[in-house]
Amino acid sequence: MERWRPSVPLVASWLGLLALLALTVTLAYQPLGAFNAVVALCIGATKAAIVAAVFMELRERGPRIFIFAGAGLFWLAILLWLGSMDFMTRT
Amino acid sequence: MPDSLPFAPQFASVRHRDETAELGMWVFIATEVLLFGGLILSYFVYRHADPRAFMAASRHTDVLIGTANTAILLTSSFFVACAVEAFSVRARTASRALLIGAIVLGLSFVVLKGFEYADEYREHLIPGINFSFDGPLADGVQLFFVFYFVATLLHTLHMLIGIGLLTIFAVRIRNAEESRTRAALHSAALYWHFVDVVWIFLFALIYLPGKSS
Repeated sequence: MERWRPSVPLVASWLGLLALLALTVTLAYQPLGAFNAVVALCIGATKAAIVAAVFMELRERGPRIFIFAGAGLFWLAILLWLGSMDFMTRT
Repeated sequence: MPDSLPFAPQFASVRHRDETAELGMWVFIATEVLLFGGLILSYFVYRHADPRAFMAASRHTDVLIGTANTAILLTSSFFVACAVEAFSVRARTASRALLIGAIVLGLSFVVLKGFEYADEYREHLIPGINFSFDGPLADGVQLFFVFYFVATLLHTLHMLIGIGLLTIFAVRIRNAEESRTRAALHSAALYWHFVDVVWIFLFALIYLPGKSS
């Protein structure tokens, strides 16, 4: 007990996440055509990466945890890729 | 089980026990990724089939509440990450206060979501209950709102489970045994952050499309 201050990476991540939120909402109102969706998903992926790396402490973990965390993403990629291929290529 | 044993017999050490718990949480999160992944795949398929309807439907969502809720969840995740950090340096009072802050933010999220659902009820946007939408895009708009309600209700259920977990820790953290609680709190935190990540994507898919046109 009990002098505790939040570490710099946690505070920086939090402020960065809020800034990215402001950015994504602002860009959603700019007429970028098809790029609106791309920008929204790229900023979303960046926010998710910050949460995973810093809040979920993945940046401090070794290859074993990476493999387990990456497995979910790998299966998700197969699901989205093979699941949407027919619809994206149908003419 | 005698309290003198700090870890179960299948583990070689406390560290081994904690690593196993963390790996287990990541396996669980992978199954959750696929649960929400299936939902998001259905979103992309239906959006691809009727993009104009999805844009029109998205314009009927409340971007103000959506943005506020995203900021609330991101901040609650920050609080939970801080609570884990504070607990690991034995600052239990700070850790408990941070958990209570995260619980209050989580409850605010759920309450705001309730206000949003009430607005959607008044605007006749709830499929199966009172949906009515004029014009040729009505079918696609209805599909969007089916996705919207299934995805957000499933997410809110996760929120409520997370709030319950955090409440258990907030109540018991002061007198809880050190190493076991640290591992358990870390697992609960991983779950909370995952629910946050799901919302980041739901926010981008539900609230942002169609705003520029």
